[in-house]
Amino acid sequence: MTAPAFARDRVGTTPLRPRRSKTLLIVMVVYAIYTLVPLVWLLVNSTKTQAGLFSSFGLWFSDDFAFWDNLVQTLTYNDGIFLRWLGNTLLYVVVGAGGATLLATLAGYGLAKYRFPGRRAVFAIVLGAVAVPGTALAVPTFLLFSQMGLTNTPWSVIIPSLISPFGLYLVWVYAADSVPTELLEAARMDGAGEFRTFFTISIRLLMPGIVTVLLFTVVATWNNYFLPLIMLSDPQWYPLTVGLNQWAAQAQGAGAQPIYNLVIMGSLLTIIPIVIAFLLLQRFWQSGLSAGSVKQ
Amino acid sequence: MTTTVAPPLATRTPSALRRSKRDWRGWAFVAPFMIVFALVFLAPLAYSIYLSLFRTQLVGGTTFVWFANYIQALTDPQFWESFGRVLLFLVVQVPIMLALALAAALAIDSARLRGASFFRITLFLPYAVPAVVAVLMWGYIYGDQFGLTANINQLVGFDLITPFAKQWMLVSIGNIVTWEFVGYNMLIFYSSLKTIPTELYEAASIDGAGTWRTVFSIKIPALRGAIVIATIFSIIGSFQLFNEPNILRPLAPNVITTYYTPNMYAYNLSFAGQQFNYAATVAIIMGIITAVIAYVVQLRGSRAEVQ
Repeated sequence: MTAPAFARDRVGTTPLRPRRSKTLLIVMVVYAIYTLVPLVWLLVNSTKTQAGLFSSFGLWFSDDFAFWDNLVQTLTYNDGIFLRWLGNTLLYVVVGAGGATLLATLAGYGLAKYRFPGRRAVFAIVLGAVAVPGTALAVPTFLLFSQMGLTNTPWSVIIPSLISPFGLYLVWVYAADSVPTELLEAARMDGAGEFRTFFTISIRLLMPGIVTVLLFTVVATWNNYFLPLIMLSDPQWYPLTVGLNQWAAQAQGAGAQPIYNLVIMGSLLTIIPIVIAFLLLQRFWQSGLSAGSVKQ
Repeated sequence: MTTTVAPPLATRTPSALRRSKRDWRGWAFVAPFMIVFALVFLAPLAYSIYLSLFRTQLVGGTTFVWFANYIQALTDPQFWESFGRVLLFLVVQVPIMLALALAAALAIDSARLRGASFFRITLFLPYAVPAVVAVLMWGYIYGDQFGLTANINQLVGFDLITPFAKQWMLVSIGNIVTWEFVGYNMLIFYSSLKTIPTELYEAASIDGAGTWRTVFSIKIPALRGAIVIATIFSIIGSFQLFNEPNILRPLAPNVITTYYTPNMYAYNLSFAGQQFNYAATVAIIMGIITAVIAYVVQLRGSRAEVQ
C-alpha cells in the first residue's frame, strides 16, 4: 500500500509526448467559454440599473454604470435584510460545516484506527444511508423537528448539516494511510490518553484531509437551499440562497415589484466568498481528493 | 474477522488485533457522529416509514391503512409522469455530463494541453456556485426580457430559441445541471488519473502505444471505480431533481407543474397540500428505486472490475 499521492511527490500527468495539441486547446477554450459566460454575464449585469438591463446587450455594459449604487441598494434594501441573511449564512456555515468536519474527523479516525464492537455495523449503516436520497428524508425530518419545536430556528438548519457521510469516508480513508499505528502505540507507551494523542499528534497528520472535508462541507452549507426552504418560514432566519430566491420571486405574480438589479448583485455577492475560498485553498482540496481516490 | 470490506486494515499490526477483543475506545470517537446521525437520518427514516402506513382524513381522523398509500402511489398517473421525466433526464443528461467530464479530465491529464491548470480551475468553478444562483443566472439568460435569449431572438428577428417552451424545458434544465456538475465529476476522474503509476506509461511507451492506445488501455480501465462512483452520485442527483425546476417554476408556471419531478411532487403534496402521509410514501418509493439502481450499478461496476 502506497502513501497518498500528496503535494508534489509525483505529478500524475502523462509524461509522454510534451508536444502541445492545438485542436485540444481550441476545444477546451470553447468549453471554458461556456463555463464562464454565465459568470461574466452576472458580472457585467451587476453594473446596470433595472432600466439598463432591458435596454442593453446582455454581455456588454450599458451607458449607466450603477455597480456601486446597486451594491448600496442591495445592502440597505428592506432595512439591510441582505446583511442579516449573510450573517445567518455565516452562522450556518461556521457551526454547521465546522461541526460536520469535527464529527466526520473524529468518527473517520475512530473507524480507521480502532477495532471496536459494532464497527462493521457503523460502517454498513453509514454507507447504506448514503444511498438513501437526502431529500427523501426532508419531509419527515421537518415533521419530526416541528414536533420537537425546532423548526423556524437556526437549529433546524444546523443539526442536519452536521452529518457528512462523504466527509467521514474521506477522513477514514485518509487516516488509514497517513497516521501510522506504530506512532499511536508509541504515544500509548508514553502514557498519553487517546484524545490527547489525537489532538496533539494525529490531527496534524490528518490536516490536509480535514481541510478538504471542511471545504466541501462549507460549500454544502453555504449553498444549502432545500433544507432551509422547508425548515424556515421567518425571513429573519433565511440564509442567502433562500432570501435571494424570495427576492427573485417578487418579480412574478400580482403586485409584482421586480428588483432584478438587486437579485443580480446579491447573486454576485453570494458567490464571491466561496469562489475566493476555493481558489485560495486549491492546493489542499486537490491533494486531499486525490488521496481519497487512491482507494476507489 | 478474516475478511473485511474496508481498506484501513492494512496498517493493523498483529498486536492491535489481539488487543481488540473488548476494545471500546473507538466508540468515544464514533459516538458523537452516530448520535447526530441517528437523529437526522435514522429517526426520520423510521418516521417516514411509519407515516406511509397511515392516512389522515377529514372524517375519521388518522387510521392505519397498511399499504394503501403505496398502492395509491403506484397507480398515480402524476407520480409516474414525474418519474418518467426524471428517468428520461437520467438516461440523456447523465451520459452527456459524464462523457464531457471524462473528456475534460483526459485532456487536462494528457500533458498535450497548454494551460491545463487554468482549465482545471475554470471548469471546477461552477461547483462552488450555489444552485440557487446558478438557476437564477441561467433563468435570466434564458429569459425573453433581458437575457441573452432575448438578444439573439432580436438579432434574427424571430423566436429562434425558446428555453421555456414545453418541449425545451427539460433540455434547459439539463443544460444548467450539466454546467453545474461537469467540473465536479471531472475532478473525481482527474484525481483518479493522478494515481496511475508513472511506470505504467513508461512501459506503454516502450511498447509503442500512442496517446489513444494509452487512453483506452490504461487510463479508462483505471478510471472504472471513479466512473462507477460518479454514475451513482449522478443517478441519485437525477432522481432527486428539485432545486432547478423549483426555482425556474415562477418563470414558466404553465410548463413546470407541481409534480414535474417526484421530489417536487412530494414537496408540494406536503407543504401545499398537507398530505404528509402520501408525500412520505412517494419519497420512500423514490428512495427504494434509487437505492436499488445505485446498488445494481455498483454491483455491475465492481464485477466488471474483477474480470
